[in-house]
Amino acid sequence: MSLPGLKNRPCGGRYGDIVQSIGNTPLVELKRLSPKPGVRIWAKLESRNPTGSVKDRVARAMIEDAEETGAIAPGQTILEPTSGNTGISLAMICAYKGYPVKVVMPDNVTPERTQLLAMYGAEIVYSDGTKGSNGAVELALEMAAADPRYYMPYQYGNLANPLAHYNGTAVEILDELDDVAAFVAGLGTGGTLMGNARRLKEALGAGVKIVAAEPMQGEPVQGLRSLDDGFIPPIIDLALLDRKIFVTNSDAISWTRKLLDEEGIFAGVSSGAIARVAVRIAGELDEGNVVFIVADDGWKYLSSGLYTLPLEEIENLESTLWW
Amino acid sequence: MATIKIPPVLRASVGGEREVSAEGGTVGELLAALVEAHPATATQLFGDDGELNRYVNVYLNDEDVRVLDGLATVVSEGDVLVILPAMAGGG
Repeated sequence: MSLPGLKNRPCGGRYGDIVQSIGNTPLVELKRLSPKPGVRIWAKLESRNPTGSVKDRVARAMIEDAEETGAIAPGQTILEPTSGNTGISLAMICAYKGYPVKVVMPDNVTPERTQLLAMYGAEIVYSDGTKGSNGAVELALEMAAADPRYYMPYQYGNLANPLAHYNGTAVEILDELDDVAAFVAGLGTGGTLMGNARRLKEALGAGVKIVAAEPMQGEPVQGLRSLDDGFIPPIIDLALLDRKIFVTNSDAISWTRKLLDEEGIFAGVSSGAIARVAVRIAGELDEGNVVFIVADDGWKYLSSGLYTLPLEEIENLESTLWW
Repeated sequence: MATIKIPPVLRASVGGEREVSAEGGTVGELLAALVEAHPATATQLFGDDGELNRYVNVYLNDEDVRVLDGLATVVSEGDVLVILPAMAGGG
């Protein structure tokens, strides 16, 4: 029996180098997670990018934009605050292109991130993990201000970040689906949500629901001295969001396991949280396509035991910065 | 009656409590009740214009009220209001 023809490219495309191969990720239907027959849930597997995360798109867009505008000189050091994925993407791309990379990363992320960054030759400066990503942003901004030799792409404020999705991810989704009822992604820098929201609403109308899933900050990572230490990424426009829902670490991990057990998708913790929100939104609809972003794969989380241990045996569940 | 969860950064202003109970039909009314009981929270929760401080996120159960109806968002019996400082997400 032959299978119906697929619209996607048979071999995933042909590219001149690894950096050019970023994007063109698969869109996979998750039939077992769909709560009703008329609602189809689709996972956009950004985990299938070269370093295993959606941030390959963003890092490439920011570096190529800086090259085109002459903002970086050959051999100049790239400095960036990151919880890991953007740093890993920058490290891979910049190693290939010939720029040294220094990342500022909270000290409570999984150890695989350190190994991957070291593997691609990046230097790591650790920030106080109790301040979450706010601490990394604050320290990186101080370092960049003190030393003009650094070039900081600054994903939280760089319009090349949402544009990578406006010109990439969303176009790929629209190539495969004629209509999208809801789009669900994680809220980190806001780049994935803003870029996809603008393109999808332009193409399909304002009725496309844009839904943000965000991590519930556990108390151990709420180490702010005052609310003046709060941070809102400059690229975020809340007016483009229809819903913004937080997910606790334990729910995120339960759903990361559910993605694996029911659909065979080996994903990172944020993707579990995003899947949970996508299924909830799907349950509120009568029909239509719900697209959600699988932001990264699971390799970077293996040492935590989250795929194999009971939830209560996972160490530092609340004090780890999972995404 | 609804429950308001207080983040560590605001606990000194509410006598160290992790959560407090309050009456109100909207998010704005609940927060006004919190301010009345604990006046030290006023300048932290609200700006001079009476709107929520931009670095404060308020969630009704688990949804950010800024993308619902803001302070006018309707609250039901038993709902939980979660106050959190705005933190940078991962990336």
